[in-house]
Amino acid sequence: MTALALMPPAEHVHWWFATGFLILGLCLLARAIVGPAVWDRRAWRRYLWPTVAFLMGILMWPVMVFFTNSTLHVLAHGSWAQVMMLAGAAELGLAAGKLRDPRWHLTVPLAFIVSGAAFLVHEQNGWLYSRSAFVHHLAGWLLIGGAVFPLLATFRPRSLAYNAGFAAVFIVLATVLYASRDVAPIFGHLSPEAGVPHR
Amino acid sequence: MSSTVATESSSRTRSRARRSGRALAVLLLGPLTALAGLAWAILQPWRVTLLDPEGQGFWWLLAQPPLYVIAVGLLFHALVAPGVVADLEEERAE
Repeated sequence: MTALALMPPAEHVHWWFATGFLILGLCLLARAIVGPAVWDRRAWRRYLWPTVAFLMGILMWPVMVFFTNSTLHVLAHGSWAQVMMLAGAAELGLAAGKLRDPRWHLTVPLAFIVSGAAFLVHEQNGWLYSRSAFVHHLAGWLLIGGAVFPLLATFRPRSLAYNAGFAAVFIVLATVLYASRDVAPIFGHLSPEAGVPHR
Repeated sequence: MSSTVATESSSRTRSRARRSGRALAVLLLGPLTALAGLAWAILQPWRVTLLDPEGQGFWWLLAQPPLYVIAVGLLFHALVAPGVVADLEEERAE
């Protein structure tokens, strides 16, 4: 009970992830604008995206342990954590030159699709059930649709459009996550079963 | 021969202008993000609980989403953008 009282509200966790995605999105957008050759001139920038992806995969484990309330939630967050760590590790290997086959970049669209599916399967209510339900549906489809950008960028790594699209997915995802609320209406709709709305 | 030189010179000028545009775009990312956060704070001031901290618990005082957005924009502008632009300029000089 005491441990539960010490836990932050779930919406706050969404906002912290949103902040991480916003930082990542801005950096990836800058990378798309100047091109990978200029961006990779400094080692810390070259490792930034893979490290953050790997770290966010690690952080998904405590989210799985402390913020899930059903088997479906546990499976969704667990698979999510694994693919994010896989993509981060593959990108780290590529950045370090330990991995040479560019097809390892395909772990990123895989992580997008699995993450999107995780968003969708652990939201069992309809789009307009509550704000939280809407956010989960929107974020899920955004990631599944957004997977096309890292997929195409694997084959055309210098493309401004594909790299900017990849960055934009993170910025839009951050915006969507910032809109998350534990119990709040969406477009005037809130199921009476969702609970009492607050601020 | 002279037309080749002229074409190369024109291409270099266009390339330089594009690079300047790229530097400007990178330098604008942070301020635009911070402005978006500021606009959010003005439109939804109740999201910044520090403005009315009475009765707020620890987590609600820690979570200030509009201020997070402003901070991300300012930090990007101060810590990331200058190095990226410097490297862009260096590439142009080479």
